[in-house]
Order: sequence, then structure tokens, then C-alpha cells
Amino acid sequence: MEQLYITWKAIAVGGGDLTFYQTFFVKFYQAFIESDRWLQYLIGVRTTLLVTALALVLGIFLGLVVALIRTAHDQQRPGQKNPILWFLNFLCKVYVTVIRGTPMMVQLLIMSFVVFSSSRAFTMVGTLTLGINSGAYVAEIIRGGLMSVDKGQMEAGRSLGLSYGTTMRFIIIPQAVKAILPALGNEFIILLKDTSLITVIGGKELLYAAQGVYNRTYEQMFPLLGIACIYLLLVFILSWLLGILERRLRQGDRR
Amino acid sequence: MIDVKNLCKSFGDHEVLKDISEHIHPGEKVVIIGPSGSGKSTFLRCLNLLENPTSGIISFEGVDITDPKTDINKMRQRMGMVFQHFNLFPNLTIRKNITLAPVQTGLMKQAEADEEAVRLLKLVDLSDKIDAYPGQLSGGQKQRIAIVRALAMKPKVMLFDEPTSALDPEMVGEVLDVMKRLAENGMTMVVVTHEMGFAREVGDRVLFMADGVIVEQNTPAELFSNPQMERTKNFLAKVL
Repeated sequence: MEQLYITWKAIAVGGGDLTFYQTFFVKFYQAFIESDRWLQYLIGVRTTLLVTALALVLGIFLGLVVALIRTAHDQQRPGQKNPILWFLNFLCKVYVTVIRGTPMMVQLLIMSFVVFSSSRAFTMVGTLTLGINSGAYVAEIIRGGLMSVDKGQMEAGRSLGLSYGTTMRFIIIPQAVKAILPALGNEFIILLKDTSLITVIGGKELLYAAQGVYNRTYEQMFPLLGIACIYLLLVFILSWLLGILERRLRQGDRR
Repeated sequence: MIDVKNLCKSFGDHEVLKDISEHIHPGEKVVIIGPSGSGKSTFLRCLNLLENPTSGIISFEGVDITDPKTDINKMRQRMGMVFQHFNLFPNLTIRKNITLAPVQTGLMKQAEADEEAVRLLKLVDLSDKIDAYPGQLSGGQKQRIAIVRALAMKPKVMLFDEPTSALDPEMVGEVLDVMKRLAENGMTMVVVTHEMGFAREVGDRVLFMADGVIVEQNTPAELFSNPQMERTKNFLAKVL
């Protein structure tokens, strides 16, 4: 196969005519097989998945904390305003406003060139930024879920003498999670694809691998279409996993 | 047992309760009737602070529960409440619905609470539903479970907020039966209801509320046969 590639490429470089099939083969070989380039894509996929997973964990953690603080603040009994909670709620609101109000690309550049300007760990800086960004959206999704649970549920829990926290943990959050899973899944899919943005600050994920290849071969179509297919496949698998999770949670209430 | 002094409650500019003072004695069955919007549910919900009074003092067994320093969770553990819309926890089985509060508040161990759940479910004739989810039950069954859930905390007083209003007519009886048996066993009860038959049969005292005040109160026999106030007569003429 390698022999075939070398022969046909020589013809192309020499100005000779190749059939469509031959051109396709040369470009494909060049984009994915020559000098074991498929390895670069594979490493890219690994980084993309790792970045997604870490940003996801950070995003859910931040989102949950922010959503709980904001909900707890809004659900205080009138006349019993807690100043610490007021301040935390204020911080959360600033966080959500700033993150949702600025472009992700700008956030990445600021984090890389201003906040962590001396850091060389580009991929990690990118992961951190993605996590912080995702947290703001997840916070609003979770908050919406918590608010969608019938008010009577909290009242029933409290009327039994359970604390606010216990009622949240056993009654409200489990019901909210089921309601928000589709929206949360959507957010995860966006996050997975947004990992490609960290290329601009030097993060070495899947898009970076494609760029590395076409900067050598001067042939963009195959590497780009290739990684588009890989992203599609990854999102497909993620949606499938989320579907399974959703079905399993629905089984839980057997209604 | 419950003492209410000068209770006022406003929602914004709307005054729902106007300076109500009342006392509920141990073992007493107090039934609150009145037109909708009269503040009877709000009054009941103030008794365990699900609504925060605008002013006034409510004390339960001598402790001022409106004082912010009072541990309201501890107080509510001894006051059961049953809601119009049942408010069972749909994500938990009946067993968990009943045992969650006793176990989480440290009142009982899980095994002990399970035994108690079995015992109480037998009393309301729903033993076979212990591992079902609320979504699988009828309205009447849900409300009986809700009563059991409140009783599992071994409360000193039970508050009922229109417990039969959301039920199909043929299911009202089964819930009222459970409440009657509870009354016979000496439970202190405060019941907001539109069931005049229940008020007459079970109540020691009936309060008639309208426009945020207790217009008139008396024994059921007296109040229903011989109302004193014009407002009461009007209301009774419409519902009886």
C-alpha cells in the first residue's frame, strides 16, 4: 500500500493525471496513515475526552453549589435574611452574569494570556476555563430543576420536622435531577464540542491534531472531515449513554 | 397546647389574618369552617410556621415558636400535618415515605421505623402497598398514607388542611373514617374542612372564620342549629 502511495504521489507531484479513486487514496493515506498520523488523532481523542470529563466534573460541582446557594437564598423565610447567604448569592449572580455574558473564546484568551500568562500547561488552563464556563450554565439548569419541583414537596418535608438540607437531599434534588437530565445532556454535548476551542490557546486536543497534520501536508479537507466524523461519533455515543441513564431513572418511579 | 396571641398575617397589602387569638387544648378536636379566602388555611399553616406570621405570638406546649431562636424543626416533629394535595414523595416508596422522617430525625432506627410503618399501614388497611410508589395509588389511598406518614413521627397534635377537598366523592369516606378513629383515640386535632357532617360528628368546637377573623365559635350542635351572627347564618344557609 505504501508503495502504491509513493508511486501515485510522484505522478501527482510531477503534474500527471490521477483517477478520482487514486487522488482520494493519496489524500486519505497522507492525512491518516503516512508517518503513523492516526496516532496523533488518537492522542487528540484521548485529550478531548479527558478535558471533557474534567470540565464536566468541575462544571457540575460549581453548578450544584451555585444553584443550591441561589435557591436557598430565594427560599428563606421572609424577615430572616442571612447576611452571609446574601453575600454568597451576590457572588453567584456575578459569576453567572459574567460567564454567560462574555464569549467563551474571549474567556479562554483571558485565562491563557492574562490570568495564567506564565503557565505552559495550556490544556489544563483550557480545561479549567471550560469547567468554569459550563458551571454557570449548569447552575441555571439545576436551579430551574429545583424550582420546578412542586412547592408542596418542600412543605411536606419541613412539616415532618426534616431540615431544609435533608429535604433537599432526599426529596427535592432526586426529583429535580430527573426533570433536568435532557437539558443537562444537551449541555454536556455542547461542552464536548467546545473542547475544540482550546486549540486557540495551544491545548493539544483533537482539532490540534488535525491542524498539526494539515500544516505538514497542506491538504485540509481530509483531516478536518475526519475529525468532524470523530466528534459526531463521540456525541453519538454520549447521547446514547444519556438515553440509557434517562430510561433507568424513569424506571425508578414506575408510574 | 397551642396558644395563639394577636396573630396577624399579610401577603403584601392584603391582610389575610386580623389579630386572631385562640387556644387549643390537649385532646381537643377543633374544626375550622368558612368561605374560601377567609384565611382558615393560612391560620392553620401559621400554627406550624409554614407561613410566617407578620406579627403575633404562637406557642406550642409553652415554647414560643415564632421566636427565631426556637428550633422550628424540633417543634414540627411533634406537629403532624396533612395537606389538601397529599404531597407524598413520588420518588420514594410508601415505606420510605413513612420512615424517612423518623429515621432522619433520629427518632427511630430504620428497623424500628419499618415495624412502625407496617403497624400503621395495617390500621389504615393498606399493608399491601408498602413497596408501591405514590403514583400507583388512588387519591383516597394517598391521603391515608399521608396521615400515616405524619403519625409515624408520633405527633402531639395533627393539623389537617382540607384533607378531603381534592378527593373524588367516593373516596372522602375512607379518609374521614381514618380521621374519626384518630379522634376516638384522643389525638388533638385541628381540621380545616368543608365536610359539615364531619365537623358535627367529631368536633368539640367549631370555629367559623370569614375575612381574616373568627366570627363565631361554639360546639357544633349549637353553631349549626343556632348561629348567632348574620355572616354565619348566611354561610350555613349556603352549605347545609
